[in-house]
Amino acid sequence: MDRPIDFAAFVDLAALLAGLDIDPTHRPGVILNFERIAQMAGLVMDFPLPDEAEPAPVFRP
Amino acid sequence: MSGEDISVGDALTIAAAIRAGTASAVAVAEATLARIAARDPALNAFTTITADRALADARAVDAKRARGDDPGPLAGVPFAVKNLYDIAGVVTVAGSKIDAENPRAIADATAVRRLAESGAVLVGALNMDEYAYGFTTENTHYGPSRNPHDLARVAGGSSGGSGAAVAGGLVPLALGSDTNGSIRVPASYCGIFGLKPTYGRLSRAGARLFAASLDHVGPFARSVGDLAAAYDAMQGPDPRDPACAQFPVEPAAPVLGRGAGGLRAAVLGGHFAGGGQAAAAVAAVADALGATRTVEIPEAARARAAAFVITAAEGANLHLADLKTRAGDFDPMTRDRFLAGTLIPAGWVLQAQRFRRWYRNQVLALFRDADILIAPATPTPAPLIGQETMEIDGVTVAARPFIGVYTQPLSFIGLPIVAAPPRRPGELPPGELPIGVQIIAAPWREVDALRAAWAIEHDGITNAAAIHG
Repeated sequence: MDRPIDFAAFVDLAALLAGLDIDPTHRPGVILNFERIAQMAGLVMDFPLPDEAEPAPVFRP
Repeated sequence: MSGEDISVGDALTIAAAIRAGTASAVAVAEATLARIAARDPALNAFTTITADRALADARAVDAKRARGDDPGPLAGVPFAVKNLYDIAGVVTVAGSKIDAENPRAIADATAVRRLAESGAVLVGALNMDEYAYGFTTENTHYGPSRNPHDLARVAGGSSGGSGAAVAGGLVPLALGSDTNGSIRVPASYCGIFGLKPTYGRLSRAGARLFAASLDHVGPFARSVGDLAAAYDAMQGPDPRDPACAQFPVEPAAPVLGRGAGGLRAAVLGGHFAGGGQAAAAVAAVADALGATRTVEIPEAARARAAAFVITAAEGANLHLADLKTRAGDFDPMTRDRFLAGTLIPAGWVLQAQRFRRWYRNQVLALFRDADILIAPATPTPAPLIGQETMEIDGVTVAARPFIGVYTQPLSFIGLPIVAAPPRRPGELPPGELPIGVQIIAAPWREVDALRAAWAIEHDGITNAAAIHG
């Protein structure tokens, strides 16, 4: 993530798409927590995975 | 020996006395209920006390014995469960205000029912972080659970009431759940034993889920024998839990006495190389198990991150309907994290689940040369209630998220782990608090972790005593 990301704008738009009406008093905490998730996700997304790495949960009919 | 004397003992001691007829289950239940009434106000471990059921179940145990029937291996043993387990006739609140509006559960969760069928006597439900999303049980709705070793400190979480109830000597046995460390963290902070079995080993049916692909249930106790007895009583397939393995019961209790003989132990380095008391605890257990080798799990920090992302997404999705309509009714301690979790891009979650597969294969390779891996359970002993930051090797970090640094990368791939205290509380230097280690085994090898824990318990290094206030 080299370019700066406007997390507040992302949270507002994604919340709209998800059908969430985030209370203005909750919004700063949600943005802070989303940034924390994004930081964690960055570690995961940076790691090269082989195509054979199938998602861990397996559905059994 | 009177019922009051025996009721403060370990589960197997109580069961043996009741089975032998030297104590009555009713007397044990009455003494336990009186102790909870006297001491729980200070600990805040219980949210519900099931006195009527406890006395009725205890009478049934005594009647069985009087008839000459087998009252069960856990005859008359008082136990309590995290309040996310269904208890027939009780509302399953899962630490929340929202679920307190639900109807009463019509049946016990499978784990509760199996313990009761073994003769154990349920005395109540225990406090937790709301919907299990936390490591401290600083629950705004029901108040914080307090650490029996120091009432100003947290008991850990999310199964904090379970840790406090067992360490505080209110009950010898409790159930908790562990998604990222929620059994192992309270066990570490409270100086008792906790077992997080292999993912899929014990049925979660009737237990409120949090992040389904990571959720486990398991017991807490003050001895390894009690821990194994509870685990054995709960084993077995259950069609009501899609993740529960179709394995027959593999009893651990009968083989504990083999100890650690033949088990190859190694210490986890790298990500898991803690400092201070955590490192000293690992060194003591490593010494007891003859572990001289250090091995590294590759990419453990990424594993923790992946577990964090999956948990946030699965947990938020589970509660999406309430987050849309009544976010204000969530605990402020969990609310903003749940809301943020609803916004996670799908690619992050899928990649985390694919990383999980890759990482599992890397870690399983380590078990070719080791049966037991040893790591700290928590970076420090219990923080204070309300503590926002902690110092780790001179660096200030946010306290609550950091607590799971050593537990998250291991539950992520469902390894069976016993959290064990390396020091008797009575032997701790003044002012020193307990801290636990993780005794980690290969998938489905709970018995190895339990044997190793039993060995160090019986070498006199590990022994969890009740703190009587």
